[in-house]
Amino acid sequence: MNIVVIASLVPDLVEELEIGPNGTALDTAWLRMVINEFDDHAIEQAILLKEKNNAHVTVLAIDQDGIDEVLYTAAAKDANRLVKLVGEFEEGFNSHALARAFAEAIKDFAPDLILIGVQAHTNIDGAVGPLLASMLNMPYVGYISGVNLTDGAATIRKEYPGGLIGEMKVNLPAVLGIQASEQPPRYVAVSKVRQAMKTATIDEQDVAVLDQSGGLAVSRMFKPEVTGGATMITGSEDEIAAKLVDLFKEIGAL
Amino acid sequence: MTDIAVQQNVRVSRQFFSSLYELDEGERFKACLQCATCSGACPFGYLMEYPPGRLISYLRADLFDQVLKSDTIWLCVSCYACTQVCPSKIPVTAGLMTRVKEELLLAGNVPNELQDALMNTQRYGNPLGESPRKRADWTTGLDFEVPILAKSRQPVDVLWFVGDYPSYHPRIQGITKKVALLLNKLGINFGILGPEENSDGDSQRLAGENGLFESMAEKNGKTFSKYDFKEIITTDPHAYNAIKNEYPKLGIKYPVKHYTEFLAERIDALKPFLKGNGQLKVAYHDPCYLGRVNGVFDEPRALLTAIPGVELVEMSHHKTNSLCCGGGGGGMWLDGFQWEKGHVRMSEWRVKEAVAAGAEILAVACPYEPPRFEDATKTVAGAEKLLVKDIAELLVDAMK
Repeated sequence: MNIVVIASLVPDLVEELEIGPNGTALDTAWLRMVINEFDDHAIEQAILLKEKNNAHVTVLAIDQDGIDEVLYTAAAKDANRLVKLVGEFEEGFNSHALARAFAEAIKDFAPDLILIGVQAHTNIDGAVGPLLASMLNMPYVGYISGVNLTDGAATIRKEYPGGLIGEMKVNLPAVLGIQASEQPPRYVAVSKVRQAMKTATIDEQDVAVLDQSGGLAVSRMFKPEVTGGATMITGSEDEIAAKLVDLFKEIGAL
Repeated sequence: MTDIAVQQNVRVSRQFFSSLYELDEGERFKACLQCATCSGACPFGYLMEYPPGRLISYLRADLFDQVLKSDTIWLCVSCYACTQVCPSKIPVTAGLMTRVKEELLLAGNVPNELQDALMNTQRYGNPLGESPRKRADWTTGLDFEVPILAKSRQPVDVLWFVGDYPSYHPRIQGITKKVALLLNKLGINFGILGPEENSDGDSQRLAGENGLFESMAEKNGKTFSKYDFKEIITTDPHAYNAIKNEYPKLGIKYPVKHYTEFLAERIDALKPFLKGNGQLKVAYHDPCYLGRVNGVFDEPRALLTAIPGVELVEMSHHKTNSLCCGGGGGGMWLDGFQWEKGHVRMSEWRVKEAVAAGAEILAVACPYEPPRFEDATKTVAGAEKLLVKDIAELLVDAMK
């Protein structure tokens, strides 16, 4: 059983976010990066599956400042292999580019199961998981909070709004978007991470071209703007609808 | 049990026991009389499956694997009550209890709430999970400047190691400002590290995370070496203990004082400012890492009695026999765990003692204490009027 987990870093919201000088992206000068919380859960889920099913766990990540520590921490948690995609990434990457790069790298790993955090707050052009699944021609199920492996399939627990849980079976290989691991991500002692830094190796793979096509172009990034008070529209449903139509006409939306 | 399993367990016990011998005074573990005074003195001993005395007996019987299955060792608040009373002078807290926690931590047997504090310390250099950039934000609103050494670039007499809770905790920030005011009033040439300061790491060490402690100490040591100062003072007794007793083992050696010692040395300069606040009955709570561990009992009391109108009353547990607030050794981050195990709070026990002693004010000198004791005054009947004040607050209040 080959499990591949994908991890990436996102801006840490413990710091105030600033918008960069071009007005379309965050100012990276003061950004502190942290593992995407959902990816941390995906790593934990993979390790839990390894403990239960004797699986081989590969953690795959794209090169970002601070990613090595995340990979070594995964090794300290008992991940088998660490792979980092390297290249010229000065302009950053969107979800489409990430999915293409991961899809290309993953082909060689012959995975039975791919786990990735269900979302990241940097996913402006959609979550990476479904994009990746479509490129690999695999099924995708997101918002997963429990995985059991059986012969050639996985029984998964998917969370729905309103506290509902669906249990379903998916044929492998598949991509799962992890919402929460079955146990909170474990803490590993600093001494174990330091040990992993000495013993584990990170395989580097080159990404020749980062293809960002299909993504979105950000025209303006701005903090929430304070505006005037809201107008409460009252009356019967028909009256409210009529008032709304008038309002839309007034502001030029109709 | 199979023979192989028994042999395995014997090996685990003996390996651990021999690792204890390598510690400072570790040979003394052989001298345990099994008197169980340690277990009796432990404020949470009655809730532990393996209080210190029983722990040693299990080690001797090659049954350490059973100890590792229990999580009640996390009730240990590293208060040194056991070490203080041991007739064989065994390093129970520093050796046994801390090492067992370390083993549990390495095995992944760690309560979740403690994991969060440790992870925050790794990521942000403070257990509260606050932005390192905001470490000096508490200085906002002061009508004098608190120099941050990276900006001022001037030599100072005193490097004030502010600490985690004094920097970030909203209740403690008020106390931190009072300490700053006292230093300013006395005309001390001092500076702080601000965003360059990291957690002292001592409570994390006592919670078994020695690697994290070392990484914090290395970062702080590197920062200390960049600046020109004569001595360090700390707000937090845990930071004081770390810099005084633990950092030197890593080659980081600086003279250090707790702020109460520093102020007590200048008590004559301080006295003219102290006008008093009427007649007050004050009980002083000896913090474990100021009193019992480092022998600072008189200086805090000298500061309190320098305030006109203060009558010092002693609680039943005081000085070497003081009672922990419940926050040491990781306890600060295990409130839920402690409650789950025992449905008791050590802070409530202490507040009851203050009420019994007839105190109107419970005076403290450790940043872990005010929120813990203030919470307890809300739940202990008869403690509604008891005020919890840091010595720095009482001194500044007496200046008005």
